[in-house]
Amino acid sequence: MSRPVATADVRTIDREGLDALIRALGAQGRRVIGPVLRDGAIVTGPVTSVDDLPAGVVDHQEAGGYHLEGQGNGALFHHGVGPHTWKRYLYPPVRTLWTARRVRRGFETTPNAEPTPRQAFLGVRGCDLAALSALDRVLRDGPYADPCYAACRAEALVIAVNCTRPGGTCFCVSMGGGPKVAAGYDLALTELPGEDRHVLLVEAGSEAGAALLAGLPSEPADRAALAAAEARLAEAVDSMGRDMIPDVAQVLRDGLTSGHWDDVARRCLSCANCTLVCPTCFCSTVEDVTDLTGGEARRERRWDSCFTLDFSYIHGGHIRRGGDSRYRQWITHKLAHWHDQFGTSGCTGCGRCITWCPVGIDITEEAKAIKNREGRT
Amino acid sequence: MAAKRPKLAVWKFSSCDGCQLSLLDCEDELLAVAEAVEIAYFLEATRAEVRGPYDVSLVEGSISTPHDAERIHKVRRKSRALITIGACATAGGIQALRNFHDVDDFVRSVYAHPEYISTLAKSTPIQDHVPVDFELRGCPIDKFQLLEVLNAFLNGRKPNIPRHSQCVECKLSGTVCVMVAKGEPCLGPLTQAGCGNLCPSCDRPCYGCFGPKETPNTASLADWSVRCLGRDERQVRHMFRAFTAYAEPFRKESEAHE
Repeated sequence: MSRPVATADVRTIDREGLDALIRALGAQGRRVIGPVLRDGAIVTGPVTSVDDLPAGVVDHQEAGGYHLEGQGNGALFHHGVGPHTWKRYLYPPVRTLWTARRVRRGFETTPNAEPTPRQAFLGVRGCDLAALSALDRVLRDGPYADPCYAACRAEALVIAVNCTRPGGTCFCVSMGGGPKVAAGYDLALTELPGEDRHVLLVEAGSEAGAALLAGLPSEPADRAALAAAEARLAEAVDSMGRDMIPDVAQVLRDGLTSGHWDDVARRCLSCANCTLVCPTCFCSTVEDVTDLTGGEARRERRWDSCFTLDFSYIHGGHIRRGGDSRYRQWITHKLAHWHDQFGTSGCTGCGRCITWCPVGIDITEEAKAIKNREGRT
Repeated sequence: MAAKRPKLAVWKFSSCDGCQLSLLDCEDELLAVAEAVEIAYFLEATRAEVRGPYDVSLVEGSISTPHDAERIHKVRRKSRALITIGACATAGGIQALRNFHDVDDFVRSVYAHPEYISTLAKSTPIQDHVPVDFELRGCPIDKFQLLEVLNAFLNGRKPNIPRHSQCVECKLSGTVCVMVAKGEPCLGPLTQAGCGNLCPSCDRPCYGCFGPKETPNTASLADWSVRCLGRDERQVRHMFRAFTAYAEPFRKESEAHE
């Protein structure tokens, strides 16, 4: 996003106005990525018009379960976050870092010179803005900055959506965020699907956002619309499906030898789904690939996970052989040690790891169980 | 240059030939393979035979007859590196379903002249009989993984064949989880990646063709399938009894649901 603006007027646009926004982003040469319906889920994908959005579809999420159903009012954003995260578009699952060619003595390398994509992310929720901010600290502002991430991030516009219908596995409020977006967006939308008039409130959060908004057919938001939006957001705060214990970081630091890890290991599949749907998990591995003659090679980076055995392989063997130590590594890093390393929690309360765990392991419940168990002994 | 090319042999035991075909299926890369190695013994492709020993042998199929059990030792003696390819060679294959029953009953009920049939009581993977240098999983194997293994062998490096779950492939390619979104039990969380995400990307659960991943927690998935996805014991047993039924973790879990 571009430079933030100090104050912003709230305007309203209708469905056509949103369509105009999508077209305006396209006219800037941007690939617009937003929520689309595919294979029984709301995932992220290319959006070229408002008709691509999942109108009238709502999701139901629980531990290890996700399903969709139709809803009459035609709302475009009346769903929670799906299995995809924005890191896919900033930090791709597989990326060639460089290629190498054998020469007379040794080899020559050529860095990947793919052009940086110009993108616009449509429908970014408060939890995912928090995730982008967490990834910025790690992959852009930290000592091990990733040039691909930094470049993609600089070129991406963020059109946020205030979440008015949290899912059953959501807990952003207890992670210190909220369904209302606070910062880090170019434009923020709040959808008000009405019986007679379906409008979206729009606020600019940056100069680029303000310029876009100025070009859209919009009206000043009236008091009734502002009040309706506030009421919806207040309701969303109260309808979180889950909550995280406030002292989780200390509970986990104190619980490293808890007997509860064995209990988790009996259920955990170490399949890595939780880390791969997590919007902040950033671990990767690199692999060198050769051609048959050995004349050409390339180094590829691929998303990895602390739940795989090979992730903890060092000379002499694997450090984390069982599900107990792998789950403990993940949850303690995410909720406790991330603070020490990066100054924030690594969890945003989006609930994806709960929904997309094939056997419904719930990070909020495991934290509570460790607290209760350690509290007793 | 030509004289230095490593000699490649491809051997068939009890199998359907599908994995050998994956080598012929390489199409675009096949000429490069043929330039990089001397295809010395590959009856599926050519009658011409070059005598051993061979630098690398690809072995397809399981050991299911007394003749197989003897022949695999000859192959091992002639091979510097022996790589088994496919679910039959690495886990006993679909024909290992007989291992759960009395093979004589099958022979009597299927063949008009059971006395002509010479078979072993069990179909077993190659590594139960001779030392194996690398096992490439799949039913059939994935041609890109086969190229990667040959490539690694030719370049003296470790093959990039991860042992993690199929779920990793689904998530990297953005496939929606069949188990969570459809409520269908899926072997993906227990199965080694490598197929290129074939079934889940077609809206079907994973059938476990690539065999158990590292540290598979079969009991947890079986428990969830019964408790939360409404499957009964028989369905869970059948889920584990497919192409890699005799791989130990899958075998033990299916036996727990007898």
